[in-house]
Amino acid sequence: MSFVKLTASTLAIAAVSATAAAARDNVQVAGSSTVLPYASIVAEAFGENFDFPTPVVESGGSSAGLKRFCEGVGENTIDIANASRAIREKEIKACADAGVTDIVEVRIGYDGIVFASQLDGPDFTAFEPADIFNALAPKVMVDGELVDNPHTKWSDFNADLPDAEILAFIPGTKHGTREVFEEKVVAAGCEATGAMEAMIEGGMSEDEAEDACLAVRTDGRSVDIDGDYTETLARIDGNRNGIGVFGLAFYENNTDTLKVATMSGVEPTTESIASGEYPVSRPLYFYIKKAHVGVIPGLQEYAEFFVSNEIAGPNGPLSNYGLVSDPELAETQEKVSNLTTMGSGS
Amino acid sequence: MTDATAPMGADVPKKARKSSLYGTDDRTKKRNAAEKRFQMYGIAAIGIGIFFLVILLVSIVRSGVPAFTQTFIEVPVYLNEEVLDPNGNRDPDDLRRVSTFGYAPLIDQAIFNQVQQTEGLTTTLEDASDMRKMVSASAPAILRDYVLANPDEIGETVDFRILAASRVDGYMKDRVTRESVARDKNIDAAHLDLVDQLVEAGTIKREFNWDFITGADASENRPEQAGIGVAMIGSFFMMLVVLVLSLPIGVAASIYLEEFAPKNRFTDLIEVNISNLAAVPSIVFGILGLAVFIQFAHLPQSAPLVGGLVLTLMTLPTIIISTRASLKAVPPSIRDAALGVGASKMQAVFHHVLPLAAPGILTGTIIGLAQALGETAPLLLIGMVGYIATNYPEGIASGFLDPNSSMPAQIYEWSKRADPAYYERAWGGIIILLLFLMTMNIIAIILRRRFERRW
Repeated sequence: MSFVKLTASTLAIAAVSATAAAARDNVQVAGSSTVLPYASIVAEAFGENFDFPTPVVESGGSSAGLKRFCEGVGENTIDIANASRAIREKEIKACADAGVTDIVEVRIGYDGIVFASQLDGPDFTAFEPADIFNALAPKVMVDGELVDNPHTKWSDFNADLPDAEILAFIPGTKHGTREVFEEKVVAAGCEATGAMEAMIEGGMSEDEAEDACLAVRTDGRSVDIDGDYTETLARIDGNRNGIGVFGLAFYENNTDTLKVATMSGVEPTTESIASGEYPVSRPLYFYIKKAHVGVIPGLQEYAEFFVSNEIAGPNGPLSNYGLVSDPELAETQEKVSNLTTMGSGS
Repeated sequence: MTDATAPMGADVPKKARKSSLYGTDDRTKKRNAAEKRFQMYGIAAIGIGIFFLVILLVSIVRSGVPAFTQTFIEVPVYLNEEVLDPNGNRDPDDLRRVSTFGYAPLIDQAIFNQVQQTEGLTTTLEDASDMRKMVSASAPAILRDYVLANPDEIGETVDFRILAASRVDGYMKDRVTRESVARDKNIDAAHLDLVDQLVEAGTIKREFNWDFITGADASENRPEQAGIGVAMIGSFFMMLVVLVLSLPIGVAASIYLEEFAPKNRFTDLIEVNISNLAAVPSIVFGILGLAVFIQFAHLPQSAPLVGGLVLTLMTLPTIIISTRASLKAVPPSIRDAALGVGASKMQAVFHHVLPLAAPGILTGTIIGLAQALGETAPLLLIGMVGYIATNYPEGIASGFLDPNSSMPAQIYEWSKRADPAYYERAWGGIIILLLFLMTMNIIAIILRRRFERRW
């Protein structure tokens, strides 16, 4: 085996790989790991019911997905970006710079964020945003004064809560869930306890106070989880007193080990989230590159199929998995069939 | 000095004379005891190692073996013409228009009929749609594919073997208990009662599931359908890239370094760096791969080709080091003899040294490949994790270039999913991966045993 021959064959393989990327006949999707399960359920059903190949779905996070989405137009770029938050101005601009000007925004439904703990752990069954703030903020209100958080047990600040050590597993900062958690729970608690007012009185500007409100204590009672919900679940399993933040869909698949807490007296269910009663929820989106419609076979069919009543409707497979279906689904369907781009209309 | 030591020296022979060949003196006893102790430490160390190995294997096998069996429902389904072909003309386009959602009620009805026809069966479920929770979401697709392939059979009753839902499957495998069902909205206790009775009637069976080994991955709401087959193909193509690239490059580099290169500072530097590269954490190669192959060279993300290239970088030092070791093990007399009868240096190497070193090189390569097969960290960064491997590649080019997963990435992906049924599949995947690794290592051992020559 002369290595000249081997080197030649190596070069040949390299050459073959360089001439790659021929015409693409499948839809490519990337983005949020929260949307991934839904997108893969739809992709699977799409492959079964249409003559188009099953779309390729990848995760990687909302921001990473949108970044790839905005790389430009062409067969070697993705067609759809999934996101657990709305696209930002900055990203729209980056898209436009790369030639991706016509984007169709599709809201597929809502995702609820729930607080859950070990099934036979202490009785964490009812929370107010103020409780979470009191437990997790670095500075809280005690007797009308803003002081370093002295609380070590839930019962320290709310006698209705169990006499258990404070220990919370919250999503890390790279997660879209963290943003919702901060905005809808911590900030709400900050205002409710009067801490925000006290900060402003203490000389902070309103913006500074808002930022300061979102901070969490760093003495180990609040643990950032950078992995996914399975990791949070494992931590809860190991800590009787632990409280974890989960997506509703994840909780609904693990009801046999977790019990959920109400927030402001509302139990998180698909119904209470759809009606807006349950406060901690966020919309989920995907974004279509309009320039690819008609070029990539099946792209529009996939999008229409995604938001069709039998898939995204109240009794469809997505809602069975834990997605809270959008009450305004009919408008979304219309938007997808007309391919109404962002900024035109509405 | 000599004065001081003399009296002591005079004492020693006295003591020595006391010792006998038949009795042991204190110092010997001490030394023997020390040796015993050391042996005990060694045995204890081995014992701890074996203990953990057994625990590991037992837990892997216990958690993973259930993944190889699956619960099936065998049921005759009436292919209702009114639903499937309302126009009655068997036009393929018309048939296609009925989606899997149209087929689902047929299955519900079929199981419901089966339940009612089975004698001695009592259930509180009184509606056909209640049967839905027992059936996998994959079942309507099986029916639809069958009908599209055999449009003549519309209106007939056909026997189907469909997957049971993952909760039913979990109940058969004791993963789902009645206590947990009380809190689970996916299935009710009434369903479990029915499952018990249908098992007795022979409608529900737990059988070996080839689809787990050969099948494609599935979405989150049908773990019962998921298989590792596509990821296995992805791994195969990656290993192909690794083998084709790293073996010639590695062997060429080590032959040059070992046989031809002058020994100077520069080659010393290269040698040190190769050893260093072998110790670099694999995630570093992942970042390198992301930067060079994907961001700079614009190769497709998640493609086995890129995965293979990254793993090649990781495997090369291993192969170079083992190849050099086996080249070094060939005695210089072989080279000298070849050169002595007039062979050129290259002839000496390729005709005599390399064949003798080949078993060692192959062993090193196989072990390097096995290492690459089990590697996950670099694949995280080039997008092979977080991808749902549902499509089989079409042909060789697509096998290299289309996005795919690999076995360890698939296991990681499964372990992250919400449904507990995927956890079991992750362990099952680990068993398959371990079998592959063991096979490769056994091949390496056999090669070494059979062909290795000692001097």
